[in-house]
Amino acid sequence: MIPEIGHFALILALCVAVVQGSLPIYGAAVGNSALMAIAKPAARAQFLLILIAFCSLGYAFADKDFSVLYVAATSNSQLPLHYRLAAIWGAHEGSLLLWTFILTLWMFAVTLFSKHLPETMRSRILGVMGLVSMGFLLFMLTVSNPFERLIPAAPDGRDLNPLLQDPGMVIHPPMLYMGYVGFSVAFAFAIAALLGGNLDAAWARWSRPWTTVAWCFLTVGIAMGSGWAYYELGWGGWWFWDPVENASFMPWLAGTALVHSLAVTDKRGGFKVWTVLLAIMAFSLSLLGTFLVRSGVLTSVHAFATDPKRGLFILAFLAIVIGGSLALYAWRAPRVGLGGSFAMVSREGMLLANNVLLVAAMGSVLLGTLYPLFLDALDLGKISVGPPYFDSVFAPLMAPAIFLMGIGPFAQWKKAELPELARRLKWAFGVSVVTALVLPLVMGKWTPLLSLGLLLAIWIVTTAVVGLRERLAHADGPSLSGRVAAVPRSYWGMLVAHCGIAVFIVGVTMVKGFESEQDVRMNVGETATIGGYTFRFDGTQDVVGPNYTAARGTFHVSWDGRETTILYPEKRRYPVQNQIMTEAAIDPGLLRDLYVSLGEPLDDGAWSVRLYHKPFVDWIWGGCLIMALGGVLAVSDRRYRLAWRQQEPAVVPSARTVRRKVA
Amino acid sequence: MNRFLLPLSIFVVVVVFLGVGLTLNPREIPSPLVGKAAPEFSQPQLYDQEKIFSPADLKGKVWLLNFWASWCSGCKTEHPVLMDLANSGQVPIYGMDYKDERQEALAWLQRWGNPYPVVGVDQAGRVGINYGVYGVPETYVIDKRGVIRYKQIGPLDPDTVEKKILPLVRQLESQ
Amino acid sequence: MIWSALLIVLVSGPVWAGEARPLGEDPAVEARLKHLAIELRCLVCQNQTLADSNAPLAEDLRREVREMIVKNMSDKEIIDFLVERYGDFVLYRPPLKATTTLLWVGPFVLLIVGATVLVITLRRRARKVVDAPVTDEEHRRVEQLLAQGGNRS
Repeated sequence: MIPEIGHFALILALCVAVVQGSLPIYGAAVGNSALMAIAKPAARAQFLLILIAFCSLGYAFADKDFSVLYVAATSNSQLPLHYRLAAIWGAHEGSLLLWTFILTLWMFAVTLFSKHLPETMRSRILGVMGLVSMGFLLFMLTVSNPFERLIPAAPDGRDLNPLLQDPGMVIHPPMLYMGYVGFSVAFAFAIAALLGGNLDAAWARWSRPWTTVAWCFLTVGIAMGSGWAYYELGWGGWWFWDPVENASFMPWLAGTALVHSLAVTDKRGGFKVWTVLLAIMAFSLSLLGTFLVRSGVLTSVHAFATDPKRGLFILAFLAIVIGGSLALYAWRAPRVGLGGSFAMVSREGMLLANNVLLVAAMGSVLLGTLYPLFLDALDLGKISVGPPYFDSVFAPLMAPAIFLMGIGPFAQWKKAELPELARRLKWAFGVSVVTALVLPLVMGKWTPLLSLGLLLAIWIVTTAVVGLRERLAHADGPSLSGRVAAVPRSYWGMLVAHCGIAVFIVGVTMVKGFESEQDVRMNVGETATIGGYTFRFDGTQDVVGPNYTAARGTFHVSWDGRETTILYPEKRRYPVQNQIMTEAAIDPGLLRDLYVSLGEPLDDGAWSVRLYHKPFVDWIWGGCLIMALGGVLAVSDRRYRLAWRQQEPAVVPSARTVRRKVA
Repeated sequence: MNRFLLPLSIFVVVVVFLGVGLTLNPREIPSPLVGKAAPEFSQPQLYDQEKIFSPADLKGKVWLLNFWASWCSGCKTEHPVLMDLANSGQVPIYGMDYKDERQEALAWLQRWGNPYPVVGVDQAGRVGINYGVYGVPETYVIDKRGVIRYKQIGPLDPDTVEKKILPLVRQLESQ
Repeated sequence: MIWSALLIVLVSGPVWAGEARPLGEDPAVEARLKHLAIELRCLVCQNQTLADSNAPLAEDLRREVREMIVKNMSDKEIIDFLVERYGDFVLYRPPLKATTTLLWVGPFVLLIVGATVLVITLRRRARKVVDAPVTDEEHRRVEQLLAQGGNRS
């Protein structure tokens, strides 16, 4: 019964989506406010219906209802409740429902925070989102229905893939989808503006916080996925340039470019056409990712079980949504005005240069990801494009972008003078170069890459410090704390996000430069030393989990004779899918991770064991979280809060005077 | 051309490729060995371990080399097809038992029937590596001069046998 | 009971703190194997390097590569051996040939084209914005923009 309610809710939601995707847009075109007024209640109704469907599926999982095909395929009666619930998005159909649910969630958020938008704009935005959701609902109802019954019911389920039975599974996909789908808001804003022909600074101002929030989610989502791969796959890597990882990284690069380009459009009214294109691109790449993961055109560790019918559906959907928006773009963009003037060397110029680099990087990832497919389609042979390619192409593109990142915030809008920039930044530059050259020598190993990585990271931090000092020196206020408070949150956000990149770079550089690993054969009582830490193997014990049995090893780790920690890596066997999983044990630390994973049992209770010492590896994910924190700070800036509280986006005088003084 | 049409054009090209991509199998890797001489080997035979099985013995014949194993599920799928083909007598199929236990392999052939006049044993998988085998079953068509002319990846099905293997075999026979 | 207790004592044995042996016999060979294997693709896996995979074929191939290293073959000879059998698919770093030229130069072409377009557009734009007579409408807009955006913040 409950699954039928869910199924029915999906059908109703589709009907609502059809209405929401047509009437308000038509109403906006002909100026009929009654039709436009449908958008908001329709969006909320759709949210409610998908929520019902989502809860119904959740109930079927909690209730172990193996008469639902999807439940029987992705869970098992032995599977603990939290993983049964996470199994909602454990395979294709349910993750599509999650996608749609999050889409309606964003839609609902738009209805809540759009009081200050003109009615035509709001109804177009919600209309466009309704059309997107219509596509996904059609997809679910035709070829990927999560509520399909299995008659007769299975006695027990086939279980969730053991790889996915991890806390990471509970939060990584929702976060990632919040990011992917969040770009649909920026996309809807862009399409609405193109439809209405009112692509102005106000449009940029409105879509900026939405874009930033989506970007924050995507950043955290990707970081969590990477962290999960790090500890779950058991070989200590954190990024594999796998097609599916790339599929999440491309929207991130486009989204990062968009966040910066929106700044130009918002502040100076410039490059609107480019910003709109980026907004379309960011969401299109999210959709492309969905296609790549679900169609089976590329092989990936993460791909869903695939079905050509589904691939064809998503491809058609892609062609309509992206093709349609790009056609609209080609039609409308030529009529968009230019905005304020600025010189080549200016804040605008630098932000755009950064955009060129980010988009070139995005293009390279796209090229590398799709190239094997291109060659195969042209019958020119099969190739693999993997980490060595991406590493050698990506670094040279990103290094200048990061260098610019240090200078950009110092350049004035409209026109900046290079000699003046050089004067203000000479100390930061000197300090960075000297430290980057000397520091690796102090640490005992000098390589050009190590030095370059450190140079970029220190450069970001030192320029941030210099920038903040200048800011505080010019801010009004009797005390330091008063002046700190006078610096707008958006500026703090920018600083924090950039420093997040620095932290990230330190992590990557140090791990690549200094990590060490050992493959050893360990008998009970034997020791191995890595990175100054001594690991003593105290044998394995058999343990029984809720739905697996495992051999759990015990490793006493000591540093200089003193015990640091005890680690318990496991080799688990999940009987339902008869899969063996390696559960690494990690002792995380600010300056290093110790990582142990069990290989194979050898004779006499000995095991093959892999040990890693990974300096600064947690900085990789820490840096991402700091970036996202920066985004949150930027969104909490005064002017957005004011904009949401006010009916109209006009700047309140007091806020304006504060800013004037800051300038 | 209107420069605003550029994104759309790029997208159209990508969509065409993605569409073609849907019809392809990314896991099928064409062998660089097709058109080259079949690698030599001399492996013990499954039934009579004293005897040696070597492609050199088959010079002047068109034959199939089928890599299989008792643990491989695809091999069971294709087995009836091999039996039919062997019974039709149109082309001999030589077997290569890949990374298998002898007893299990013998039991398997006992149970499902033996389409092979001779079965070689590749216990260590080295012949497999020389032939670029990456997943059993795989089948090679080898001509009179000992050149590989075709490689089937995955199980043979009646359709492939009718439309690809047999016409090729006939053509090679007539050379 | 007693027997099982005894058994445990026997099995766990005397705890002696010996140094564990590396898995490979020769660390230098293992290092070279690792160096090669991280750029090679495991053919049967979804998308994993030869170094990371535990698939039987990957183990066989590692054994094969290890033997070639012991025989003192060069990296190029070893890679050629694999490419002869499995094609370029086995390489995660695609070799530069006619068909992969676009792949390797593409990113830098993109960058150069992007930078050129940016510079040209900015030049042309600077001219256009200056040349265009400022209408009242535009004035109003600029005012509005400035009021909304502030100067530097």
